Amino acid sequence: MTANLVNILMGGVFHAAILFLVAAGLQVVFGVQKIFNLACGSFYALGAYTGVSAVAYFTGHGGPPALFIIPLALGGLAVGLVGVIVERGLLRFVYDRDETFQLLLTFALVLMLEDLIRMTWGTAPVSTGGLYLSYGQAKILGATVPVYNLLVIAASLVIAFGIGWLLTRTAFGRIIRASADNREMAEALGVDMRWVYVRVFTLGSMLGTLGGALVIPATAAMSEMGIELIVEAFAVVVIGGLGSMRGAFVGALVVGILRSVAISVYPELEMLLIYLIVIGVLLWRPRGLFGTAAA
Amino acid sequence: MRTATVLTLVSLALLAIPLVAPAYYVTLMLPFMAYGVVLLGLNLLFGYTGLVSFGHALFIGIGAYTGAVLTSRFGVRQMELILPAAALAAAVVAAPVGALCVRYVKIYFGMLTLAFGMVFYTFLLKFYKLTGGDEGMRMLRPSLLGSEWAGFSKTAYLVGPYYYFSLAVLVLATLLMWRIVRSPFGLCLKTIRENQVKAESLGVSVPLYRWYAFMVSAVYAAVGGALLATPTGNVDPTLAYWTHSGNIVFMVLLGGFSSFFGPLLGAFVFIFLQDTVMSVFPYWRLIFGAVLAFIVIFAPGGLMGLFARPRPVEVSRG
Repeated sequence: MTANLVNILMGGVFHAAILFLVAAGLQVVFGVQKIFNLACGSFYALGAYTGVSAVAYFTGHGGPPALFIIPLALGGLAVGLVGVIVERGLLRFVYDRDETFQLLLTFALVLMLEDLIRMTWGTAPVSTGGLYLSYGQAKILGATVPVYNLLVIAASLVIAFGIGWLLTRTAFGRIIRASADNREMAEALGVDMRWVYVRVFTLGSMLGTLGGALVIPATAAMSEMGIELIVEAFAVVVIGGLGSMRGAFVGALVVGILRSVAISVYPELEMLLIYLIVIGVLLWRPRGLFGTAAA
Repeated sequence: MRTATVLTLVSLALLAIPLVAPAYYVTLMLPFMAYGVVLLGLNLLFGYTGLVSFGHALFIGIGAYTGAVLTSRFGVRQMELILPAAALAAAVVAAPVGALCVRYVKIYFGMLTLAFGMVFYTFLLKFYKLTGGDEGMRMLRPSLLGSEWAGFSKTAYLVGPYYYFSLAVLVLATLLMWRIVRSPFGLCLKTIRENQVKAESLGVSVPLYRWYAFMVSAVYAAVGGALLATPTGNVDPTLAYWTHSGNIVFMVLLGGFSSFFGPLLGAFVFIFLQDTVMSVFPYWRLIFGAVLAFIVIFAPGGLMGLFARPRPVEVSRG
């Protein structure tokens, strides 16, 4: 009984760790650039595929399989630099436009990235093979949990604290918060907004691609994984509150664990339950649990 | 006057297409007309009221599934009954959903509609016994004007009677929408979009008018969805998926949301361009994403916006 419960809980927390990374990317971009990036799921998919390729390259060239997590994370982070191209090539044209057009531009990105992934990696699912369990399994209260999952949860926690430190303790973090708060004032005080936007958007896309890369040993990369994840990441930020990092953290835990519980108790309910909660939150408290901006 | 000439020519062309064009292109006209009905409604919300729904495929799904359930489960085959039933089903769902959604604008409206759309999608996907799950349900050939058209092959039925039936529905929907946007009601919607505070101070109940617009657009989407189901012959949950909602907003933007006929042009170009691109290059989303990005950045008025540009010159001449 406890073993089963721990299994469900740990599965949920693992999923939450991944969701947090993608949702954090969504939040930081929304907070500063006020753009709701529908393509954050596509970055996630891009990271997943790149992770698979990086690991395949690494082991194919004689790298010890036990160290696969290094090329995995590096590949995921590196492909996140695509954010620079996206921001400079597309988004910078629409900052002063109506948010409808910004939303539609990120939707255009969703369409393009989905097919770019299909062109590059094909339509069949790809995976890292049997590396998932190469770190062994740990016994926790009678339940068996892959050590890899624990590593990802730890990494996500470290990143969460890292972002918190970045935002509150560094000069760049203060500039980010100032820009999020009052863009004109920050600009008037000499902040080069173009640089802030490039860096913030790239940070956001790297969080998404890293999330995708880290999830992949536990599952397989599919071309639809991005458009499926965006609705979950969307649920996370609505529940937590748009633009809030603390909200992304709590929202990811809520969505991750609820989903895991629903799958084992009543599978039909899985995502239905989460959307119903999203609707409930939007109606009862549109700014979410930790959000500041009301509708 | 120019508009009238263009309209007459387009109408004549639409009537003549089944007689002159190859059957393949005539069957492509069917989704165009179905989406045309959907987009007329969607643009009342997007172009005229300023609300962007990312969950409107919900109502396409309702219309399509109404058709499938009625024909394959209840043996109701008359299209003249299916369309009103689809409209009614959409209205029943849209009444509470709309009442909740119109309390919000902009991104929150978009998110809430997206969430409702995904609720319906998950319902279609997971409640296998009721909906057929991911395989969906068959939409049997409906009867038109009391006739089964039993002697017609599938293609002959689609390019003949069904084409003209769809055209009639599209024309009626267009005329009705023309009346709606020219009515005091339509003007109120535009006032709300342009200046909500002013509309309120003039005594226009903003949420109520938004709710009306939501209801009308939902009913249009369901009628279009029911029309869409027959040529495909099968309905499945992806009809209600959020990317489908995104695609129909794309169609409206492609044609031009600030013009009455823009969405119809958008549907036409989308369907035929998609077919052309797919025949030479399987990755149509890549091309369409680039097209959408281009429109958003450089031509937010869509195709109609490009045509409309010379107009001031003509006005000064006249």
